Amino acid sequence: MSQRKRQTLKNHKTESALVNGRIFIVGVFILVLLSLLITRLAYLQIVKYDMYEALSNKNQIDVKPTPPARGLIYDRNGLVLARNLPVYSLEVTPSSAVNLWKSIDEIKKIIPITDTDIKQFKRQAKQHRRFVEIPLKLRLTEEQAAAFSVNQYRFKGFNIRARLIRDYPYGEAFAHIIGHVGRINESELAKIDKTNYSANNYIGKVGLEKYYEQQLHGKVGYETLEVNASGKKVRSLDSVSPVSGDNLYLTIDSKLQLKAQEILADFRGSVVVIDPNNGEILAMASNPSYNPNLFVTGISSKDYQDLQNSDDKPLYNRAIRGLYPIGSTIKPFIALSALDNKVMTATETIEDPGWYKLPGNNHIFHDWKHTGHGTVDMRKAIAVSCDTYFYEMARRLGIERIDSILQSFGFGQLTHVDMGEELSGNIPTPAWKEKTHGSKWYQGDTILTGIGQSYVQITPLNLASDVAGLSMRGQRYRPHLLTAITDSEDEKLTINKVPLPPVVLDKKENWDIVIQGMKDVIDATYGYHFRFGKKPSYTVAGKTGTAQVVSLKNAKKGHAKIPEKFRDHSLFIGFAPVDHPKMAVAVIVENNPQAATMARKMMDYYLLKEGKLNESQA
Amino acid sequence: MNLKHRLRNQYRRRNSGTQYRNFLQIIHIDLPLLFLLISLTCAGFFILYSAGNENFSLVQRQIFHIGLAFLVMFVFAQIPPETYKRYSMWFYLFFLLLLIYVLVLGHINKGAQRWIHLGPLNLQPSELLKIAIPMFVAARFSSISLPPSMKDLAIASLIIIVPVLLTAKQPDLGTAILLAIAGFSVLFLAGLPFRIITILAFIALVAAPLLWHHMHDYQQQRVLTFLNPEADPLGKGYHIIQSKIAIGSGGIFGKGWLLGTQAHLHFLPENTTDFIFGVWGEEFGLVGSIALILLYLTILLRSFYIAVEAQDTFTRLLAGSLTLTFFFSFFINMGMVTGILPVVGIPLPLISYGGTSMVTMLANFGILMSIHTHRKLLRT
Repeated sequence: MSQRKRQTLKNHKTESALVNGRIFIVGVFILVLLSLLITRLAYLQIVKYDMYEALSNKNQIDVKPTPPARGLIYDRNGLVLARNLPVYSLEVTPSSAVNLWKSIDEIKKIIPITDTDIKQFKRQAKQHRRFVEIPLKLRLTEEQAAAFSVNQYRFKGFNIRARLIRDYPYGEAFAHIIGHVGRINESELAKIDKTNYSANNYIGKVGLEKYYEQQLHGKVGYETLEVNASGKKVRSLDSVSPVSGDNLYLTIDSKLQLKAQEILADFRGSVVVIDPNNGEILAMASNPSYNPNLFVTGISSKDYQDLQNSDDKPLYNRAIRGLYPIGSTIKPFIALSALDNKVMTATETIEDPGWYKLPGNNHIFHDWKHTGHGTVDMRKAIAVSCDTYFYEMARRLGIERIDSILQSFGFGQLTHVDMGEELSGNIPTPAWKEKTHGSKWYQGDTILTGIGQSYVQITPLNLASDVAGLSMRGQRYRPHLLTAITDSEDEKLTINKVPLPPVVLDKKENWDIVIQGMKDVIDATYGYHFRFGKKPSYTVAGKTGTAQVVSLKNAKKGHAKIPEKFRDHSLFIGFAPVDHPKMAVAVIVENNPQAATMARKMMDYYLLKEGKLNESQA
Repeated sequence: MNLKHRLRNQYRRRNSGTQYRNFLQIIHIDLPLLFLLISLTCAGFFILYSAGNENFSLVQRQIFHIGLAFLVMFVFAQIPPETYKRYSMWFYLFFLLLLIYVLVLGHINKGAQRWIHLGPLNLQPSELLKIAIPMFVAARFSSISLPPSMKDLAIASLIIIVPVLLTAKQPDLGTAILLAIAGFSVLFLAGLPFRIITILAFIALVAAPLLWHHMHDYQQQRVLTFLNPEADPLGKGYHIIQSKIAIGSGGIFGKGWLLGTQAHLHFLPENTTDFIFGVWGEEFGLVGSIALILLYLTILLRSFYIAVEAQDTFTRLLAGSLTLTFFFSFFINMGMVTGILPVVGIPLPLISYGGTSMVTMLANFGILMSIHTHRKLLRT
């Protein structure tokens, strides 16, 4: 014990000397730093005194940001789809308000102010300096503005201001393309350049408003003000004007878009029209839709809940995010592969008894027509959508060659449309099935893929883009929504078409055979076209499709008895005119067989009515 | 003093080997330090009253904070240093776990989170680590012979770096810097070889670009703004520009109490918290600022005296480190307000409005008082 004590004592002495030595070094260091600090203070308070005195004494200087006007959005013909409207708003400068919360309670008696308004106000008040005016209530009616103005003298620090807010004149019809702006939330606040947004409360939330946020927003300006002791402006010393955001010109043809939305009005589904010559999206409708104007100044939580919880999912953009089974619309693409790989010729015929069996297997694959189509060759097989013919075709091709043709058209991949948010569909491969379903790829899976009933999934936009490629005999362009951007000096930047790797076939005639088959769908007396209607005055190539929602044994009988949400989806793809296509169309309608009828209406409208209108104008 | 009392004192003196113990030593209060701390906090009331636009309720709340903080100081002073030493590891681990908990919670809530809400109290684990880290490291070093070996240094560095990185991740750069200072000051005082310091400085020079890469955008922005604040008068540069105007326009003698226009017209942001020294400089001028610095310096001198007078390695290292942390908190704050250091968000100790920093700072001094008043004076 005593031994140990002596030892620690001995260490203790040298250690204290060591530590005290270090404390001495630290002390000197501290004195140096403090002299540095005092020198700095002396520099600011003696040497630079005159300058800072001048800056602070006479009048105070404040810098106020001025908001840039958000870029406008036009359709291809110059019709305004998103604009900025001046509205009256009640604004508060917290620093100059006397008894802020009591005043707000008083104002409530004149103008209705909701709890949401107050919550928004509190959040913004936290983000800004107390000197900055913050909106308390937006979109005042003229009466409300007048009612407050009369009482203005009672509320110091509260003012009526005109602010620009975003407005979408066509509301629902373009909501899924343009999207909407909304108040900046906290996670967005962390990402944006706070300076550039210091005068704005809004940011693009979804759709083009989000995708082109940087271009649309513009650059904040500021004004250096001399203000008196109560914070009122005396004069402007210096100002840098804000730079307005760029204007967007869309590829969308508003009339066609409105037509598409009108046709879809009572259904759930999507209509996409693309110009195959350049990939411009002429119309892209998704129904149900929602009113984007509700979101601009902050949607009430009840309205939002209603939209969120609706079974029809109005906030969900079916055109780019809806994944649907492809159904029989896959057949023309399979036929191309069969011809190109020479597993079948155009003239080879098959007897269709109404069912199909794999060699050495007893499982029966039914044709959609139980009585069978009789003797069919390739053109007729496409025209009548003969399942048996395509079962055999798929068997001969095998899944690799089917996947390969689908991939070359862009199935199951993102189209990279300039909007983001897009989902990619799926092309099933044996490896994919192993991974997701944990089971082997059977030949039956290949057979069913041949008629689009296995795992192939696509979005309506993806499908329309693939049909555009087919209509151009393999020449493909990236689908896009913008034709031009103009900056604040009206300097126009045209968006060029982006060619994608083309689909190249061994023999060019193979295109003709398949396209002829698709033309027969509409033209031939035996063609499966009864919902498309009589042959129109222009030439059309098309293909119908059905996608089973659930496989019900009795699904084919008594359609009307099945609950609506289990009924089949219908699809239609097509393009017209056949020789020099002006439009490629994809229509998908959920739980309803009307797709072909709708496609017909779109084609008639674009090629007959509007076409004539355009010609007469020219 | 009655007879009973005197007898008890005599008994204690004999037992503890003390030559002389007065009442203050019995309740473990160091009178010079107490007097200096009270002076500083009183000066704080005045400037807070002015900075808060003569809002007395703000001062009232601060008085409550200070009352609570002095109570905490008193409690910490009663605990003998041996107890701190014995439990330092558990103290450290407990707050480290709390820090991780807060971080995970913040991650789930998708936002910076620094607090744990305990009823009416907000607990900020990283603040208490300012005490826990040096305490634990000092305790470890007290059981080995100094200067520490490379292995001891490596272990100690790990103890320090883990909470520093976690705090920086929160992200709370200011506190992370102070944690690093609190920890590494123990290493320095314990005799960290100068050649290692040189090597570290060299590595730091090389690692700086890497660190830059890992900073949050807003932290990078702060450094950039620090280098050229006038470039961004609307956003990040506003604080520094306004605080420089406030201090500079104060001149030699200041504009006088309650007469600072910068603060009263809301030009100076955060003028009751991080930028309160701007108000001081504006209203009391160079003379007042130097007086304040001298007051801080006197506290530093008394604290270093306590460190030098400490009786064993643990208390000496701990006292030295707590003093250094105190110095750097006010130096970094004044440095950022006067524009010679980046804005990192550190309050001016014992002056800025706020409960947490007040309580932890006085807990610091409670420990210093404990170290000084629990000495067993040896006859020489």
